[in-house]
Amino acid sequence: MTLLAVDDLTVRYGRLTALRGVSLSITQGEILFVTGPNGAGKSTLLNAIAGVVPPVSGRITLDGQEITGAPPEQIARRGFSMVPEGRNVFGALTIEENLKVGAGMRTDKHGVAADLDAVYREFPILAERRHAVAGMLSGGQQQMLVIGRALMTSPRLIAIDEPSLGLAPKIIDQVYEILMRLRAQRQLTLLIVEQSSTRALMTGGRMILMRGGRIVLEGPASEMVKDERLKQAYFGFGDH
Amino acid sequence: MTGLLQIVFDALSLGSLYALGALGIALIFGVMRLVNFAHGDFIAFCVFAMLWPSTNAAAIVFAGNLPSWLLVPLLLLVGAGLSVLSEIIVFRRFRNANPATMMIASFALGFAMRNFLLMLYSSRPKSITLWPTLGLPVEILGARIPMLQVVTIVITLVVLAALTLFLKRTRYGLEMRAAAENFTMARMLGVRANGVILFAFAISGMLAAAIGLILATNSGTADINMGANVMLIAFIATVIGGLGSVPGAVAAGFLIGAASVIFQATLPNEARVFRDSFVYGAVIIVLLVRPQGLFAPKSAKQRV
Repeated sequence: MTLLAVDDLTVRYGRLTALRGVSLSITQGEILFVTGPNGAGKSTLLNAIAGVVPPVSGRITLDGQEITGAPPEQIARRGFSMVPEGRNVFGALTIEENLKVGAGMRTDKHGVAADLDAVYREFPILAERRHAVAGMLSGGQQQMLVIGRALMTSPRLIAIDEPSLGLAPKIIDQVYEILMRLRAQRQLTLLIVEQSSTRALMTGGRMILMRGGRIVLEGPASEMVKDERLKQAYFGFGDH
Repeated sequence: MTGLLQIVFDALSLGSLYALGALGIALIFGVMRLVNFAHGDFIAFCVFAMLWPSTNAAAIVFAGNLPSWLLVPLLLLVGAGLSVLSEIIVFRRFRNANPATMMIASFALGFAMRNFLLMLYSSRPKSITLWPTLGLPVEILGARIPMLQVVTIVITLVVLAALTLFLKRTRYGLEMRAAAENFTMARMLGVRANGVILFAFAISGMLAAAIGLILATNSGTADINMGANVMLIAFIATVIGGLGSVPGAVAAGFLIGAASVIFQATLPNEARVFRDSFVYGAVIIVLLVRPQGLFAPKSAKQRV
């Protein structure tokens, strides 16, 4: 079943066209990597879906309902949880407060309490420092906090922009391990943006390669390894 | 000793006024990066709301005659309503504009409101008597302190405590703090932008009404420009406190109040008339040493 569908999406920043007619779809429970070099439009794609950047044309539907041009809070309330690049913890709030902001729109008190427990079980370091302000956490801990915070929204789909940015390889492994485990436990759908395709190739799942605001390649990550065009896209020998 | 106590109370009550003003500006700045220069005119508007429109010198008191248990909530409501309306009618359209554009819009709104009051009430200050008993002194540790000062300080402390509790303990307070730090991120977590912003405007408007009541009781006059001075100092307090830091704005408000009173008490007679220059001089020095403000939040970076 298609959970998220993007159809012919175009986004412009002034005179710069950042996305040119991008179409993709994600089925329930799937993991989709969006990769590509700097400036390919990956973050713009996520921001447009999240409602932060208004598209010029195109259609976005979440679970069959159109969300094109809806405000971010409404899209979040429909189950699309966005973890933007640069982690964006609320630095002056405590860890627990950060998590509670994530649960703010929920009315099921028991569910929230259960999820809070679950997040603390998954990330013991967060439980340990729950009353510390989030700004004091290390980069890896902040990444875990924003993933935990996204979980607190009780999402159907989590979109993560460059989860490995600025983290040590060992921590990246840990982050991905947790993401995969959460996905299995909660039938989560994951939309992950990474600049490099190595993670996608390691993790598996489907992969999209973007360049210059377009999708240039799409397919199972395992098959893309062999594709010459993958290299070309990064090094600029392509025929665009 | 009693002289010192007098100074302490002067400083605290003046600082309270500035702190309440700074709070009203900092709350709105926090959620939408708007420095609302119409805040001073909100203060004046609330005071004039107690008078019947007329251009006579003698004020025709209207709502001002109500018993205080009715008058105070009514005026708070007027302040909140005015502030909320200004958001819906004016500032909402500038929400994604750059801060300079929003600031100019607030100047324009203030100007329009001032002239509206001018049209209804003329420019002549009107005398208005609210709670004359508050002018009587009370004796505290041998010093004779005007009752109004004590009331002002108590009201400010109660407001600060209530607001702190609201921000720290309630869901809406939590959302407001999150939104103040990173508005877009808060929205992506489901926090409703309109709700948070309207709430901030409502609180800010009530604070303006409270200041209006205190000023009118203290001076016994209603003057169209009566909010301007508090607004200016309150704005400076939010800058010195570190734009975006609510506790910083409050602390800086008290600091400026204290500096004002201390200069008043210690400057030689001939220099006393230039007290404000000394205060603003101190402000310049603070900003030269700490341009980011005394209590700048760690997260005071540009939002994306």
